[in-house]
Order: sequence, then C-alpha cells, then structure tokens
Amino acid sequence: MMRDMFSIPENYRMYSKELFRQMNGIGIGSLIIVGVISLFVGAVTALQFSYQLGSTFFPEYMIGFIVRDTMIIELAPTLSGLVLAGKVGSNVAGELGTMRISEQIDALEIMGVNPQGYLVMPKILGAIFIVPPLIVLSAMLGIFGGYLAAENYGISPANYQKGLLYLFDPFNVVIMTVKSVIFAFLIASVACYQGFFVKGGALDIGKASTRAVVFSSILVIFFDYIVALVMT
Amino acid sequence: MIEVKDLKKSFEDKAILKGISTYFEPGKTNLVIGTSGSGKTVFVKCLVGLLQPTSGSVFYDGIEFTALSNREKKQIRTKIGMLFQGSALFDSMTVEENVMFPLNMFTNLTAKEKLNRVNFCLERVNLVGANKKFPGEISGGMMKRVGIARAIVLNPKYLFCDEPNSGLDPQTSLRIDDLLSDITHEYQMITIINTHDMNSVMGMGEKVVFLHQGYKEWEGSSQEILHTDNELLYNFIFASEFLKQLRKGITNSTPLIKPDK
Repeated sequence: MMRDMFSIPENYRMYSKELFRQMNGIGIGSLIIVGVISLFVGAVTALQFSYQLGSTFFPEYMIGFIVRDTMIIELAPTLSGLVLAGKVGSNVAGELGTMRISEQIDALEIMGVNPQGYLVMPKILGAIFIVPPLIVLSAMLGIFGGYLAAENYGISPANYQKGLLYLFDPFNVVIMTVKSVIFAFLIASVACYQGFFVKGGALDIGKASTRAVVFSSILVIFFDYIVALVMT
Repeated sequence: MIEVKDLKKSFEDKAILKGISTYFEPGKTNLVIGTSGSGKTVFVKCLVGLLQPTSGSVFYDGIEFTALSNREKKQIRTKIGMLFQGSALFDSMTVEENVMFPLNMFTNLTAKEKLNRVNFCLERVNLVGANKKFPGEISGGMMKRVGIARAIVLNPKYLFCDEPNSGLDPQTSLRIDDLLSDITHEYQMITIINTHDMNSVMGMGEKVVFLHQGYKEWEGSSQEILHTDNELLYNFIFASEFLKQLRKGITNSTPLIKPDK
C-alpha cells in the first residue's frame, strides 16, 4: 500500500484539494473534542497536584511548572493521540471500508486513478500536517485549564504564571512535536490499512474500524514509551 | 475490438474461469450471461484488470492488456467506462461532482466546458436538474443513470456494465437497456454487459456469451437463443413455464432439445 501511494499523481490540483479536505476533516473536525478534553485534563492535573502538594513545603508556583511540563511532554500528545485514534481511526477506516465494499475504490481504479495515491496519501499527509498544531493547541488549552482550576483552588495567577516560566526547556516542545508526528502517521496509516483492505460486508467495516482503533491506540502508547526512552 | 484468449482464473485451488475465448466488436451490445457462480463477474473483472488472470490474455485493439504494467494499463483505462452493480457513486459528492470527477482528473477543460459536458451527459441519460443532489437523495434507477453519465463523460471506447438492471423495476430496466443500446450505437463503443435479466438478453443481445461453471457454454445472438439446441442455455433462459410458452408463441415450434421438468 505504501509503495503504490507514492506514484505520480494524475492531477496535482485534485490531490491537493483532497489533502486540504482531509486536513480539515481531521484537524477542524477534532478540534472540539481535543479542546474540551485538554482543558479538563489540564484543570484536573492542576487540582490533583494542588491537593496532593498543598500540605507540603512545595511552593505554589510549582503547580504551573508541573502542569506545563506534564501537558507538553505527556498529556497533550498522548491523550490527544488516543482521542484521535478513536475518532479519526474509526472514521477513516469506516470511510475507506465503505468505499471498498460499495466498489467506489474499484471505480477509481477503472477510471485510471491510483486509489492508494488519491485516497490514502492525503489522509496520512493530512494527519502529519494537522495533528502537530492540534497537539500544540491541546497543550495550550491544558495549561489554560490548569490556570483556571488553580485560580479557583486559591493559587494566585502570578504564582501560576511564574511556574509556567520556571526552568522551561524548549527541548520538551521538540519531544511533543516528534511524538505528534509519529502518532499522526500511526493513526492514519493503521486506519487506512484496515479500511482499504476490508473484505465482506457492513459487519466487516465495523470490525475494521474497531481494529483500527485498538491497534492504533496500542501503537500510540508503545511509541510514546519508545520516544520517551530515546529522547529523555 | 476486445479479444479474449483462453482466459483462466483461480482463487487458491478453486478454478472460476476455465479457459474462455471470445471477442467483442464495436457498436454492438455484448451480453455475458450465466447462472450465479458461473464466473460472469470474475470474467468482467479480469477484462478490466481489477483481477489478474491466472493465465490467458485480453487484447484491447490488439494491445495485450494483461501483459501491461499498472502504469501502462492506466492509459487504456482512461478509455474505459464502467457502470457498477451498486452504481459506486462517491457518497460525498453531488451528482454533478460525480460526473465531473473524471473530467477534473484527466482533462484541462475550463470550468464552463466541464459543466457543459456534464450537463450534456446528464441530459443524455434524462437526468436534467439533478445536478446538486447527493447519491443518497436519488432513486436506484437515477443512481444507475448517473453511473452511466459518469462512465460516458470521457467518451470511452469501451463500456462495461455489471448487472445494470439489478434491483430495478421492469420499466426502469427497459429504459436503462434502451439507453445503453442507444449510446453503444451512437458512439460505436464496445459495450459488455453482465446480466441476469432475460428482458435485456432478448431485447438487446446482439452478441450473447453464456458462461456455465467457468466455461463458455454458448455464444450467439438473442435471435439464435430462440432456436437453440443447447439444453443448458434453454433451461437457463426459459426457466419458467411462462417463458417457455412465450417462446413457443414466438417461434411456433417445439424446442429442439428436451427441456428439464
């Protein structure tokens, strides 16, 4: 599938149009769910740490520091990755599976269009382009959620902001970006593979969607560990 | 002309096509018929290259299609139109976008020229005014006609139809048959139709190829079917008592073979 994906496009304009359509579907379509989850995860992280460290000698500003680093290094890429594995994985596998069963992929092939190139490549590239900005946004919303929760808990905004700037290491952003690119590739390619090679009927499309979500979730967690091992 | 030489296709150890040779000429409606499981769909899929034959060859105007690489096959595929059993329209596109898709992909026409061509094709299949509807909003017969419009939009030399009448009422089926017959003669295409519909066979079968258990059992015209001495073909075509009586009324003769009960 990967080899056939990289043949010369029949029409660059049509391919780029499809790429933007996919970026819109994956990115804009996932904005609300990723945003809401990130906001609350950041808030909960701030609350939990405030609660656990409240009676110790830890300075208040450490809450901002902890929320920032956990969101950037771990929670934003991994949680968003898992959310996207569920949403995008099932969506893409279902779409391609339906196209396979209803002979739409055969129709493309008969027309002389390379189905892997036209259907699969824009999905994978679209995910690689749009998921990293989505995860950056997720980290920002998480930190903002933490800010709201911390303020509500009684931590002063000035202390939280001080924590956000405390010992900031830009390499953490590099780790987040690497993770997001790898997760985007894994989620899109697993879903495309499962959907593209569906055989049978409607029941098999459901099974393919489930497989896409399960496999890509496991791979996201596994590669999260590998990246952490290699880069930290 | 499309020429098929000793075409064989097996899936693992199960032979589906067991050596089929025939030819299809331009300007004729060619029908491939046979019982379920006789290998019709596999035969048509081998002809268009959706399946690679186990052995044998398919020639498109003298070019051995089965020996070409995928890239070379693309050149011939741009001359092929195909109507699928379920129409295979793209769900996310309107009727107009579906028909325009091959134009967008393979031509450098201006937007106005493309729209004119789409409207011409939709008019040709009697679907004026359906441009902005989605496949989910139109009937099965309309979907077939959109499928035909999309198949002919690039002026193909070869048109393949996989059971164009399945799931349609007799009147709509007749309209689809007439349409396919008309465009075949008008554009001098090689049209190959895979069907179960006996009305189609008798109404438009200028050449009929009857497949049975992976072999070509019989070929000829629909008129020749009326006087066939092939028992398998007779039992397949005139399956009901009604059709047997109808045949008797037309030919005013008893069959040359002894039919099944």
